[in-house]
Amino acid sequence: MLTPLHKRLLNDFQHDFPLTERPFQAIADELGVAEDEVISALNDLNDKRFISRIGPVIPPNHIGVSTLVAMAVPEERLQEVADKISAYREVNHNYEREHPFNLWFVVIAADAAHLRAVIEAIEQETACKTMQLPLLDDFFIDLGFKLDLNND
Amino acid sequence: MIDSRDLELLEHIQTGLPVCSRPYAEIGRRCDMPESEVIERLTRLKQQGLIKRMGVIVKHRKLGYRANAMVVWNVPDDRVKQLGGHMSRFPFVTLCYRRPRRPGWPYNLYCMIHGKDRATVLQQLEQLTVACGLTSFDHEVLFSRRCFKQRGAVYKNIAATASAEVVHG
Repeated sequence: MLTPLHKRLLNDFQHDFPLTERPFQAIADELGVAEDEVISALNDLNDKRFISRIGPVIPPNHIGVSTLVAMAVPEERLQEVADKISAYREVNHNYEREHPFNLWFVVIAADAAHLRAVIEAIEQETACKTMQLPLLDDFFIDLGFKLDLNND
Repeated sequence: MIDSRDLELLEHIQTGLPVCSRPYAEIGRRCDMPESEVIERLTRLKQQGLIKRMGVIVKHRKLGYRANAMVVWNVPDDRVKQLGGHMSRFPFVTLCYRRPRRPGWPYNLYCMIHGKDRATVLQQLEQLTVACGLTSFDHEVLFSRRCFKQRGAVYKNIAATASAEVVHG
């Protein structure tokens, strides 16, 4: 069960998290509760795996280089190919999507040469061709995601 | 600009801020940096846009947002920026990028929609399409099925000891 405090912690602090010595105290002051209540509620949300973490989100291509990659993998090979790709440390997201291009993943590397090498290795190991779709412009201003938690 | 101490700091914070009274002091202990410097560096990185946002990162799926569609559009190049800017203002749009076209893949504008279920996502897409004047442009909707892997990038060996969380490249 999510309490009103849980809901506010989930929704109201996705961006502009306080960068002060006692950020949870600052949040507590804003919400009119005690610091230890905020800490225990956040631990609770962590334990229940409702939050992935509290921390920074780094925009793509500011550290290292990355690209989105799409593959059209025969259905019967999808799990095997996906597992091979997930095993690369340079791969972070790896999803099946409903489309002839059914496997979508992101590769991140220190530089363009390393990125190219990883993609070549993936193509060789899986015997599948890649379609590389690097980011050109990012239009998204990330303020987190407004959750509708009314039914919980 | 980002320096090697920034990267080291980001590496130590990438799994998340510890939930304790003085979390920045704790991070500082891990990378041998005073608490005040941790706060200063994070503040500067945020001002410079190298931290896009700082805060609670929620798990959509666990919180009931089970449908995720990547929608790709073929729009005129000279309108991508304006349309992308417009699309990204809708609360259910969680990413909005321009990417290159490829042979057999004419799409140059991408957005991600997270919703509680497929019907809701399609409704939101309809709303977006009408509001942004996208009805005449070709598009495809790619709902996600299995998630094989999802984590922030680990940047060990990248830019020396750098490490950071990165959103979808």
